[in-house]
Amino acid sequence: MSKILMKGNEAIGEGAIRAGCRHFFGYPITPQSELPHYLAKRMPEIGGVFLQAESEVSAINMVYGAAGAGMRVMTSSSSPGLSLMQEGISYLVGAELPCVIVNIMRGGPGLGNIAPAQSDYFQSTKGGGHGDYKLITLAPESVQEIIDLMAKAFDLGDQYRTPVMLLGDGILGQMMEPVELGEIQEVKQAAKPWAATGMRGRGKPNIINSLYIDPEDCENINKKLFAKYAQIAAKEQMWEEYQLEGAEIVLTAYGTAARICKSAVDKARAKGIKAGLIRPITLWPFPGSVIARAAETAKCFLTVEMSMGQMVEDVRLAVNGTCPVYFYGRTGGVVPLVSDVLAEIEKLVDGGDRE
Amino acid sequence: MLEEILIAGFGGQGVLSTGQLLANAGMIEDKHVAWIPSYGPEMRGGTANCGVTISDEPISSPLVTEPTTLIVMTRPALEKFEKAVVPGGRILINSSLVEQDVKRDDVTVLKIPANQIAEEIGNPRVANSVILGALIKLTGIVTIESVVESLKKVLPPRRHNMIPANREALERGAQLAEELG
Repeated sequence: MSKILMKGNEAIGEGAIRAGCRHFFGYPITPQSELPHYLAKRMPEIGGVFLQAESEVSAINMVYGAAGAGMRVMTSSSSPGLSLMQEGISYLVGAELPCVIVNIMRGGPGLGNIAPAQSDYFQSTKGGGHGDYKLITLAPESVQEIIDLMAKAFDLGDQYRTPVMLLGDGILGQMMEPVELGEIQEVKQAAKPWAATGMRGRGKPNIINSLYIDPEDCENINKKLFAKYAQIAAKEQMWEEYQLEGAEIVLTAYGTAARICKSAVDKARAKGIKAGLIRPITLWPFPGSVIARAAETAKCFLTVEMSMGQMVEDVRLAVNGTCPVYFYGRTGGVVPLVSDVLAEIEKLVDGGDRE
Repeated sequence: MLEEILIAGFGGQGVLSTGQLLANAGMIEDKHVAWIPSYGPEMRGGTANCGVTISDEPISSPLVTEPTTLIVMTRPALEKFEKAVVPGGRILINSSLVEQDVKRDDVTVLKIPANQIAEEIGNPRVANSVILGALIKLTGIVTIESVVESLKKVLPPRRHNMIPANREALERGAQLAEELG
Protein backbone atom coordinates (compact mmCIF):
# COMPACT_ATOMS: atom_id res chain seq x y z
CA MET A 1 0.00 0.00 0.00
CA SER A 2 1.38 3.40 -0.94
CA LYS A 3 2.17 6.19 1.44
CA ILE A 4 -0.01 9.23 1.97
CA LEU A 5 0.82 12.63 3.41
CA MET A 6 -1.04 13.19 6.66
CA LYS A 7 -1.16 15.67 9.53
CA GLY A 8 -0.36 14.30 12.97
CA ASN A 9 -3.81 15.26 14.23
CA GLU A 10 -5.50 13.42 11.35
CA ALA A 11 -3.30 10.38 11.94
CA ILE A 12 -4.49 10.18 15.55
CA GLY A 13 -8.07 10.08 14.24
CA GLU A 14 -7.40 7.48 11.57
CA GLY A 15 -5.27 5.42 13.95
CA ALA A 16 -8.08 5.41 16.52
CA ILE A 17 -10.66 4.27 13.94
CA ARG A 18 -8.36 1.47 12.81
CA ALA A 19 -7.98 0.47 16.46
CA GLY A 20 -11.74 -0.01 16.68
CA CYS A 21 -12.63 3.29 18.34
CA ARG A 22 -16.19 4.20 17.38
CA HIS A 23 -16.94 6.93 19.93
CA PHE A 24 -15.36 10.36 20.11
CA PHE A 25 -16.39 13.22 22.36
CA GLY A 26 -14.47 16.48 22.35
CA TYR A 27 -14.39 20.22 22.15
CA PRO A 28 -12.25 22.19 19.66
CA ILE A 29 -9.02 23.86 20.69
CA THR A 30 -5.90 24.80 18.75
CA PRO A 31 -3.52 23.10 18.01
CA GLN A 32 -5.50 19.83 17.91
CA SER A 33 -8.72 20.91 16.12
CA GLU A 34 -7.88 18.96 12.93
CA LEU A 35 -8.50 15.81 14.98
CA PRO A 36 -12.19 16.43 15.80
CA HIS A 37 -12.51 17.93 12.31
CA TYR A 38 -11.25 14.67 10.79
CA LEU A 39 -13.40 12.47 13.00
CA ALA A 40 -16.51 14.60 12.41
CA LYS A 41 -16.22 13.44 8.80
CA ARG A 42 -14.91 9.90 9.32
CA MET A 43 -17.04 8.64 12.22
CA PRO A 44 -20.41 8.88 10.40
CA GLU A 45 -18.85 7.07 7.40
CA ILE A 46 -18.18 3.99 9.53
CA GLY A 47 -21.25 4.11 11.75
CA GLY A 48 -19.40 5.65 14.69
CA VAL A 49 -20.36 8.49 17.00
CA PHE A 50 -18.80 11.93 16.80
CA LEU A 51 -20.15 14.39 19.30
CA GLN A 52 -18.97 17.91 19.94
CA ALA A 53 -19.66 18.46 23.61
CA GLU A 54 -20.46 21.85 25.12
CA SER A 55 -17.21 21.78 27.08
CA GLU A 56 -14.22 19.61 27.95
CA VAL A 57 -15.88 18.76 31.27
CA SER A 58 -18.84 17.30 29.40
CA ALA A 59 -16.62 15.52 26.91
CA ILE A 60 -14.63 13.61 29.54
CA ASN A 61 -17.82 12.59 31.34
CA MET A 62 -19.29 11.34 28.05
CA VAL A 63 -16.10 9.28 27.75
CA TYR A 64 -16.84 7.88 31.23
CA GLY A 65 -20.29 6.83 30.07
CA ALA A 66 -19.17 5.19 26.83
CA ALA A 67 -16.22 3.47 28.53
CA GLY A 68 -18.54 2.19 31.25
CA ALA A 69 -20.68 0.63 28.52
CA GLY A 70 -17.57 -1.16 27.23
CA MET A 71 -17.00 0.94 24.10
CA ARG A 72 -13.60 1.92 22.70
CA VAL A 73 -13.75 5.68 23.21
CA MET A 74 -11.45 8.66 22.82
CA THR A 75 -11.36 12.36 23.60
CA SER A 76 -8.77 14.96 22.74
CA SER A 77 -7.83 18.48 23.67
CA SER A 78 -4.88 20.75 24.29
CA SER A 79 -3.37 21.85 27.60
CA PRO A 80 -6.05 24.15 29.12
CA GLY A 81 -8.73 21.68 28.02
CA LEU A 82 -6.88 18.85 29.77
CA SER A 83 -6.85 20.87 32.98
CA LEU A 84 -10.64 21.03 32.76
CA MET A 85 -10.80 17.25 32.26
CA GLN A 86 -8.74 16.27 35.29
CA GLU A 87 -11.69 15.55 37.61
CA GLY A 88 -13.18 13.23 35.01
CA ILE A 89 -9.85 11.48 34.44
CA SER A 90 -9.54 10.80 38.17
CA TYR A 91 -13.08 9.31 38.12
CA LEU A 92 -12.17 7.13 35.11
CA VAL A 93 -9.14 5.86 37.02
CA GLY A 94 -11.22 5.26 40.15
CA ALA A 95 -13.84 3.31 38.19
CA GLU A 96 -11.08 1.47 36.26
CA LEU A 97 -12.41 2.49 32.87
CA PRO A 98 -10.29 2.18 29.73
CA CYS A 99 -10.18 5.05 27.24
CA VAL A 100 -7.69 7.10 25.24
CA ILE A 101 -7.14 10.76 26.05
CA VAL A 102 -5.12 12.91 23.65
CA ASN A 103 -3.23 16.02 24.71
CA ILE A 104 -1.58 18.07 21.95
CA MET A 105 0.26 20.41 24.28
CA ARG A 106 0.57 24.18 23.91
CA GLY A 107 2.30 26.95 25.81
CA GLY A 108 1.17 27.58 29.39
CA PRO A 109 0.43 28.14 32.21
CA GLY A 110 -2.97 29.79 32.01
CA LEU A 111 -4.44 30.51 28.63
CA GLY A 112 -0.81 30.70 27.47
CA ASN A 113 -0.65 30.48 23.69
CA ILE A 114 -1.21 28.01 20.87
CA ALA A 115 2.47 27.33 20.16
CA PRO A 116 4.00 23.88 20.81
CA ALA A 117 5.15 22.96 24.34
CA GLN A 118 5.87 19.97 26.56
CA SER A 119 4.97 21.47 29.91
CA ASP A 120 2.16 19.03 30.79
CA TYR A 121 4.53 16.12 31.53
CA PHE A 122 3.86 16.23 35.27
CA GLN A 123 0.11 16.59 34.74
CA SER A 124 0.04 13.60 32.38
CA THR A 125 2.35 11.15 34.11
CA LYS A 126 2.02 11.92 37.80
CA GLY A 127 -1.75 11.97 38.10
CA GLY A 128 -3.06 15.38 37.10
CA GLY A 129 -6.31 14.91 39.01
CA HIS A 130 -6.89 14.10 42.68
CA GLY A 131 -6.01 10.81 44.30
CA ASP A 132 -3.16 8.32 43.99
CA TYR A 133 -2.81 7.23 40.40
CA LYS A 134 -0.66 7.02 37.28
CA LEU A 135 -1.59 7.27 33.61
CA ILE A 136 0.02 5.20 30.92
CA THR A 137 1.43 8.00 28.74
CA LEU A 138 2.60 7.40 25.17
CA ALA A 139 4.72 10.04 23.42
CA PRO A 140 5.13 9.53 19.65
CA GLU A 141 7.72 11.58 17.73
CA SER A 142 6.42 11.24 14.18
CA VAL A 143 3.17 10.88 12.24
CA GLN A 144 3.99 7.26 11.41
CA GLU A 145 4.62 6.48 15.06
CA ILE A 146 1.21 7.95 15.93
CA ILE A 147 -0.40 5.41 13.59
CA ASP A 148 1.71 2.61 15.07
CA LEU A 149 0.90 3.56 18.68
CA MET A 150 -2.86 4.13 18.51
CA ALA A 151 -3.79 0.44 18.56
CA LYS A 152 -1.28 -0.07 21.38
CA ALA A 153 -2.94 2.75 23.34
CA PHE A 154 -6.40 1.14 23.15
CA ASP A 155 -5.04 -2.36 23.83
CA LEU A 156 -3.13 -1.24 26.93
CA GLY A 157 -6.22 0.57 28.20
CA ASP A 158 -8.41 -2.52 27.81
CA GLN A 159 -5.78 -4.92 29.15
CA TYR A 160 -5.20 -2.97 32.37
CA ARG A 161 -8.61 -1.25 32.63
CA THR A 162 -7.04 2.18 32.75
CA PRO A 163 -7.17 5.47 30.84
CA VAL A 164 -4.23 5.95 28.46
CA MET A 165 -2.81 9.33 27.50
CA LEU A 166 -1.37 10.07 24.07
CA LEU A 167 0.88 13.08 24.58
CA GLY A 168 2.18 15.24 21.74
CA ASP A 169 2.85 18.90 21.11
CA GLY A 170 1.56 21.40 18.57
CA ILE A 171 4.28 20.56 16.07
CA LEU A 172 3.44 16.86 16.07
CA GLY A 173 -0.25 17.68 15.61
CA GLN A 174 0.26 20.21 12.81
CA MET A 175 3.09 18.57 10.90
CA MET A 176 2.54 16.46 7.78
CA GLU A 177 4.65 13.41 7.07
CA PRO A 178 4.20 10.37 4.83
CA VAL A 179 2.48 7.46 6.53
CA GLU A 180 1.90 3.85 5.65
CA LEU A 181 -1.58 3.03 6.91
CA GLY A 182 -1.57 -0.63 5.90
CA GLU A 183 -4.67 -2.72 5.41
CA ILE A 184 -7.64 -2.19 7.71
CA GLN A 185 -7.56 -5.16 10.07
CA GLU A 186 -10.32 -6.80 12.03
CA VAL A 187 -9.77 -5.54 15.60
CA LYS A 188 -9.75 -8.18 18.30
CA GLN A 189 -11.03 -6.59 21.47
CA ALA A 190 -10.87 -8.27 24.86
CA ALA A 191 -14.22 -9.19 26.41
CA LYS A 192 -15.45 -6.69 28.99
CA PRO A 193 -17.60 -8.73 31.38
CA TRP A 194 -17.56 -5.80 33.82
CA ALA A 195 -19.25 -3.36 31.40
CA ALA A 196 -22.70 -1.95 32.19
CA THR A 197 -24.57 -3.30 29.20
CA GLY A 198 -27.68 -4.72 30.83
CA MET A 199 -28.28 -7.73 33.10
CA ARG A 200 -28.50 -10.30 30.27
CA GLY A 201 -29.63 -13.00 32.67
CA ARG A 202 -26.93 -12.32 35.24
CA GLY A 203 -27.99 -12.23 38.89
CA LYS A 204 -25.91 -9.21 39.87
CA PRO A 205 -25.80 -5.87 38.09
CA ASN A 206 -22.44 -4.46 36.93
CA ILE A 207 -21.95 -1.14 38.66
CA ILE A 208 -19.54 1.51 37.36
CA ASN A 209 -18.59 3.74 40.25
CA SER A 210 -15.65 5.45 41.90
CA LEU A 211 -17.28 6.03 45.30
CA TYR A 212 -15.72 3.95 48.09
CA ILE A 213 -17.29 5.35 51.24
CA ASP A 214 -15.54 2.96 53.62
CA PRO A 215 -11.88 4.07 53.99
CA GLU A 216 -10.66 0.47 54.08
CA ASP A 217 -12.48 -0.33 50.84
CA CYS A 218 -10.92 2.78 49.33
CA GLU A 219 -7.46 1.82 50.55
CA ASN A 220 -7.92 -1.62 49.02
CA ILE A 221 -8.86 -0.07 45.68
CA ASN A 222 -5.65 2.01 45.84
CA LYS A 223 -3.65 -1.13 46.59
CA LYS A 224 -5.30 -2.89 43.66
CA LEU A 225 -4.47 0.03 41.36
CA PHE A 226 -0.86 0.05 42.48
CA ALA A 227 -0.46 -3.69 42.05
CA LYS A 228 -1.61 -3.07 38.48
CA TYR A 229 0.82 -0.14 38.09
CA ALA A 230 3.71 -2.34 39.30
CA GLN A 231 2.82 -4.85 36.60
CA ILE A 232 2.63 -2.11 33.94
CA ALA A 233 5.97 -0.62 35.06
CA ALA A 234 7.60 -4.05 34.81
CA LYS A 235 6.17 -5.01 31.43
CA GLU A 236 5.31 -1.97 29.34
CA GLN A 237 8.34 0.38 29.21
CA MET A 238 9.07 1.50 25.64
CA TRP A 239 11.97 3.58 24.36
CA GLU A 240 14.25 4.16 21.40
CA GLU A 241 18.04 4.19 21.56
CA TYR A 242 19.73 6.49 19.06
CA GLN A 243 23.53 6.46 18.58
CA LEU A 244 23.81 5.14 22.12
CA GLU A 245 26.74 2.84 21.29
CA GLY A 246 29.77 4.21 23.16
CA ALA A 247 27.94 7.45 24.04
CA GLU A 248 29.63 9.51 26.74
CA ILE A 249 27.04 12.27 26.68
CA VAL A 250 23.57 10.75 26.79
CA LEU A 251 20.69 13.00 25.81
CA THR A 252 17.15 12.21 26.94
CA ALA A 253 14.18 13.78 25.22
CA TYR A 254 10.73 12.75 23.98
CA GLY A 255 8.44 13.74 21.12
CA THR A 256 9.42 16.78 19.07
CA ALA A 257 12.35 17.62 21.40
CA ALA A 258 13.76 14.16 20.62
CA ARG A 259 13.63 14.87 16.87
CA ILE A 260 15.63 18.07 17.49
CA CYS A 261 18.09 16.14 19.69
CA LYS A 262 18.63 13.53 16.97
CA SER A 263 19.83 16.28 14.63
CA ALA A 264 22.07 17.67 17.39
CA VAL A 265 23.48 14.18 18.10
CA ASP A 266 24.24 13.70 14.38
CA LYS A 267 26.07 17.03 14.29
CA ALA A 268 27.97 16.25 17.50
CA ARG A 269 29.02 12.83 16.16
CA ALA A 270 30.23 14.52 12.95
CA LYS A 271 32.49 16.64 15.17
CA GLY A 272 33.81 13.54 16.92
CA ILE A 273 31.77 14.04 20.11
CA LYS A 274 30.40 10.76 21.48
CA ALA A 275 26.78 11.79 22.02
CA GLY A 276 23.69 9.56 21.97
CA LEU A 277 20.01 9.73 22.79
CA ILE A 278 17.49 7.74 24.80
CA ARG A 279 13.96 8.62 23.71
CA PRO A 280 11.27 7.47 26.11
CA ILE A 281 8.17 6.37 24.17
CA THR A 282 6.25 5.54 27.34
CA LEU A 283 6.64 8.53 29.68
CA TRP A 284 4.84 6.47 32.28
CA PRO A 285 5.92 3.79 32.83
CA PHE A 286 9.18 5.72 32.56
CA PRO A 287 11.95 3.63 30.97
CA GLY A 288 14.24 4.06 33.97
CA SER A 289 15.93 0.70 33.49
CA VAL A 290 17.65 1.65 30.22
CA ILE A 291 18.67 5.02 31.67
CA ALA A 292 20.20 3.38 34.75
CA ARG A 293 22.08 1.01 32.46
CA ALA A 294 23.40 3.84 30.28
CA ALA A 295 24.45 5.79 33.39
CA GLU A 296 26.98 3.07 34.25
CA THR A 297 29.14 4.03 31.27
CA ALA A 298 28.09 7.64 30.46
CA LYS A 299 30.05 10.66 31.62
CA CYS A 300 26.91 12.74 31.96
CA PHE A 301 23.28 13.14 30.86
CA LEU A 302 21.58 16.09 29.16
CA THR A 303 17.79 16.21 29.24
CA VAL A 304 16.15 18.48 26.66
CA GLU A 305 12.50 19.47 26.96
CA MET A 306 10.12 22.14 25.76
CA SER A 307 9.48 23.01 29.41
CA MET A 308 11.38 24.35 32.43
CA GLY A 309 12.40 20.78 33.26
CA GLN A 310 9.89 18.09 34.20
CA MET A 311 11.02 14.74 32.74
CA VAL A 312 14.53 15.61 33.98
CA GLU A 313 13.33 14.70 37.50
CA ASP A 314 12.58 11.14 36.36
CA VAL A 315 15.94 10.97 34.59
CA ARG A 316 17.69 12.03 37.82
CA LEU A 317 15.78 9.38 39.78
CA ALA A 318 16.86 6.72 37.29
CA VAL A 319 20.49 7.89 37.11
CA ASN A 320 20.46 7.97 40.92
CA GLY A 321 23.62 10.04 41.33
CA THR A 322 25.80 7.80 39.15
CA CYS A 323 26.73 10.79 36.95
CA PRO A 324 25.61 14.42 36.55
CA VAL A 325 22.28 15.13 34.82
CA TYR A 326 22.05 18.51 33.09
CA PHE A 327 19.04 20.21 31.60
CA TYR A 328 18.33 22.44 28.65
CA GLY A 329 14.87 23.67 27.83
CA ARG A 330 12.83 26.35 26.11
CA THR A 331 9.24 26.84 27.09
CA GLY A 332 6.08 28.89 26.69
CA GLY A 333 5.80 27.84 23.05
CA VAL A 334 9.45 28.45 22.18
CA VAL A 335 11.11 25.50 20.45
CA PRO A 336 14.82 24.80 21.04
CA LEU A 337 17.05 25.07 17.97
CA VAL A 338 19.35 22.24 16.91
CA SER A 339 22.27 24.69 17.17
CA ASP A 340 21.33 25.52 20.79
CA VAL A 341 21.25 21.85 21.78
CA LEU A 342 24.56 21.26 19.99
CA ALA A 343 26.10 24.16 21.93
CA GLU A 344 24.90 22.56 25.18
CA ILE A 345 26.47 19.24 24.16
CA GLU A 346 29.75 20.98 23.36
CA LYS A 347 29.82 22.52 26.84
CA LEU A 348 29.75 19.00 28.29
CA VAL A 349 32.58 17.50 26.27
CA ASP A 350 35.05 17.47 29.18
CA GLY A 351 32.70 15.46 31.31
CA GLY A 352 30.16 17.97 32.41
CA ASP A 353 31.67 20.93 34.26
CA ARG A 354 29.09 23.18 32.73
CA GLU A 355 28.60 25.84 35.33
CA MET B 1 20.67 15.44 -0.38
CA LEU B 2 18.93 17.52 2.24
CA GLU B 3 16.91 20.59 1.29
CA GLU B 4 15.14 22.68 3.87
CA ILE B 5 12.76 25.11 2.20
CA LEU B 6 10.86 27.91 3.86
CA ILE B 7 7.94 29.41 1.94
CA ALA B 8 6.65 32.65 3.40
CA GLY B 9 3.95 35.17 2.52
CA PHE B 10 0.37 36.14 3.34
CA GLY B 11 -2.48 33.76 4.09
CA GLY B 12 -4.48 33.19 0.90
CA GLN B 13 -1.44 33.24 -1.41
CA GLY B 14 -1.25 29.47 -1.43
CA VAL B 15 1.89 29.38 0.70
CA LEU B 16 0.79 26.30 2.65
CA SER B 17 -0.60 24.39 -0.33
CA THR B 18 2.51 25.09 -2.41
CA GLY B 19 4.56 23.53 0.38
CA GLN B 20 2.22 20.52 0.51
CA LEU B 21 2.54 20.07 -3.22
CA LEU B 22 6.32 19.99 -2.93
CA ALA B 23 6.24 17.56 0.01
CA ASN B 24 3.84 15.31 -1.88
CA ALA B 25 6.11 15.30 -4.93
CA GLY B 26 9.05 14.31 -2.73
CA MET B 27 7.00 11.49 -1.22
CA ILE B 28 6.08 10.19 -4.70
CA GLU B 29 9.81 9.92 -5.39
CA ASP B 30 10.26 7.87 -2.20
CA LYS B 31 12.20 10.61 -0.47
CA HIS B 32 11.80 11.46 3.19
CA VAL B 33 9.65 14.57 3.59
CA ALA B 34 8.15 16.71 6.33
CA TRP B 35 5.86 19.74 6.13
CA ILE B 36 5.28 22.11 9.03
CA PRO B 37 2.98 25.13 8.87
CA SER B 38 3.11 28.23 10.99
CA TYR B 39 -0.21 28.10 12.79
CA GLY B 40 -0.35 31.34 14.74
CA PRO B 41 -3.67 33.10 15.47
CA GLU B 42 -3.78 34.19 11.85
CA MET B 43 -6.26 34.43 9.03
CA ARG B 44 -6.50 35.27 5.36
CA GLY B 45 -4.29 38.31 4.82
CA GLY B 46 -2.17 37.59 7.91
CA THR B 47 1.34 36.19 7.68
CA ALA B 48 1.68 32.54 6.75
CA ASN B 49 4.66 30.31 6.20
CA CYS B 50 5.58 26.66 6.02
CA GLY B 51 8.75 24.62 6.14
CA VAL B 52 9.35 21.68 3.82
CA THR B 53 12.21 19.25 4.35
CA ILE B 54 13.12 16.81 1.58
CA SER B 55 15.94 14.37 2.17
CA ASP B 56 17.44 11.06 1.03
CA GLU B 57 17.95 10.15 4.70
CA PRO B 58 15.36 9.92 7.50
CA ILE B 59 14.60 13.43 8.75
CA SER B 60 15.59 13.98 12.36
CA SER B 61 14.42 17.52 13.12
CA PRO B 62 11.53 18.47 10.82
CA LEU B 63 11.75 22.14 11.82
CA VAL B 64 13.07 24.55 9.21
CA THR B 65 14.92 27.19 11.20
CA GLU B 66 17.91 27.63 8.88
CA PRO B 67 16.51 27.15 5.37
CA THR B 68 18.71 26.20 2.44
CA THR B 69 16.13 27.94 0.24
CA LEU B 70 13.76 30.75 1.15
CA ILE B 71 10.79 31.58 -1.07
CA VAL B 72 9.23 34.97 -0.36
CA MET B 73 5.91 36.29 -1.55
CA THR B 74 5.70 39.46 0.56
CA ARG B 75 7.98 42.21 1.78
CA PRO B 76 7.50 41.43 5.51
CA ALA B 77 8.39 37.79 4.78
CA LEU B 78 11.70 38.86 3.23
CA GLU B 79 12.48 41.17 6.14
CA LYS B 80 11.65 38.48 8.68
CA PHE B 81 13.44 35.48 7.19
CA GLU B 82 16.32 36.88 5.10
CA LYS B 83 18.78 36.47 7.96
CA ALA B 84 17.79 32.86 8.63
CA VAL B 85 19.01 31.46 5.29
CA VAL B 86 22.23 29.42 5.51
CA PRO B 87 25.30 31.06 3.94
CA GLY B 88 25.48 29.88 0.34
CA GLY B 89 21.71 29.29 0.32
CA ARG B 90 19.13 30.68 -2.05
CA ILE B 91 16.42 33.29 -1.85
CA LEU B 92 13.68 33.14 -4.48
CA ILE B 93 11.61 36.30 -4.63
CA ASN B 94 8.30 36.77 -6.34
CA SER B 95 9.35 40.10 -7.81
CA SER B 96 5.82 40.83 -9.02
CA LEU B 97 4.93 41.36 -5.35
CA VAL B 98 8.21 42.24 -3.62
CA GLU B 99 10.26 45.17 -4.86
CA GLN B 100 13.11 45.55 -2.41
CA ASP B 101 16.49 43.87 -2.63
CA VAL B 102 18.18 41.27 -0.48
CA LYS B 103 20.79 42.88 1.77
CA ARG B 104 23.06 39.83 2.05
CA ASP B 105 25.75 39.00 -0.48
CA ASP B 106 26.47 35.41 0.63
CA VAL B 107 23.28 33.92 -0.86
CA THR B 108 22.07 33.36 -4.40
CA VAL B 109 19.10 35.59 -5.18
CA LEU B 110 16.63 34.88 -7.94
CA LYS B 111 13.91 37.39 -8.78
CA ILE B 112 10.99 35.80 -10.53
CA PRO B 113 8.10 37.94 -11.81
CA ALA B 114 5.77 35.03 -11.08
CA ASN B 115 2.43 36.85 -11.30
CA GLN B 116 3.43 38.48 -14.57
CA ILE B 117 4.38 35.14 -16.06
CA ALA B 118 1.16 33.60 -14.75
CA GLU B 119 -0.79 36.40 -16.50
CA GLU B 120 1.07 35.62 -19.72
CA ILE B 121 0.06 31.97 -19.39
CA GLY B 122 -3.48 33.26 -19.00
CA ASN B 123 -4.11 32.13 -15.42
CA PRO B 124 -3.05 34.37 -12.51
CA ARG B 125 -3.58 31.48 -10.08
CA VAL B 126 -0.54 29.51 -11.23
CA ALA B 127 2.04 32.07 -10.00
CA ASN B 128 3.27 29.77 -7.24
CA SER B 129 3.93 27.01 -9.77
CA VAL B 130 6.23 29.40 -11.66
CA ILE B 131 8.34 29.76 -8.51
CA LEU B 132 8.16 26.04 -7.82
CA GLY B 133 9.45 25.40 -11.35
CA ALA B 134 12.43 27.68 -10.69
CA LEU B 135 13.11 25.94 -7.38
CA ILE B 136 13.05 22.53 -9.05
CA LYS B 137 15.50 23.68 -11.72
CA LEU B 138 17.90 25.14 -9.14
CA THR B 139 17.84 22.27 -6.64
CA GLY B 140 16.78 19.18 -8.56
CA ILE B 141 14.95 17.99 -5.42
CA VAL B 142 11.98 16.64 -7.36
CA THR B 143 10.92 16.49 -11.00
CA ILE B 144 8.21 18.55 -12.65
CA GLU B 145 6.46 15.26 -13.44
CA SER B 146 6.15 14.44 -9.73
CA VAL B 147 4.64 17.86 -9.02
CA VAL B 148 2.09 17.35 -11.81
CA GLU B 149 1.37 13.88 -10.39
CA SER B 150 0.84 15.48 -6.95
CA LEU B 151 -1.53 18.07 -8.40
CA LYS B 152 -3.79 15.20 -9.46
CA LYS B 153 -3.97 14.14 -5.82
CA VAL B 154 -4.02 17.52 -4.10
CA LEU B 155 -6.52 19.27 -6.37
CA PRO B 156 -10.17 18.20 -6.21
CA PRO B 157 -11.30 16.57 -9.51
CA ARG B 158 -13.30 19.67 -10.52
CA ARG B 159 -10.03 21.63 -10.54
CA HIS B 160 -8.08 19.17 -12.66
CA ASN B 161 -8.60 21.50 -15.62
CA MET B 162 -5.96 23.70 -13.91
CA ILE B 163 -3.24 21.07 -14.37
CA PRO B 164 -2.10 22.03 -17.92
CA ALA B 165 -1.68 25.69 -16.88
CA ASN B 166 0.27 24.59 -13.81
CA ARG B 167 2.52 22.41 -15.94
CA GLU B 168 3.21 25.33 -18.24
CA ALA B 169 3.94 27.55 -15.24
CA LEU B 170 6.37 24.98 -13.80
CA GLU B 171 8.16 24.78 -17.15
CA ARG B 172 8.30 28.56 -17.55
CA GLY B 173 9.76 28.89 -14.04
CA ALA B 174 12.38 26.24 -14.76
CA GLN B 175 13.29 27.94 -18.02
CA LEU B 176 13.64 31.31 -16.31
CA ALA B 177 15.85 29.83 -13.58
CA GLU B 178 18.09 28.38 -16.26
CA GLU B 179 18.38 31.76 -18.03
CA LEU B 180 19.02 33.69 -14.79
CA GLY B 181 21.22 31.05 -13.15
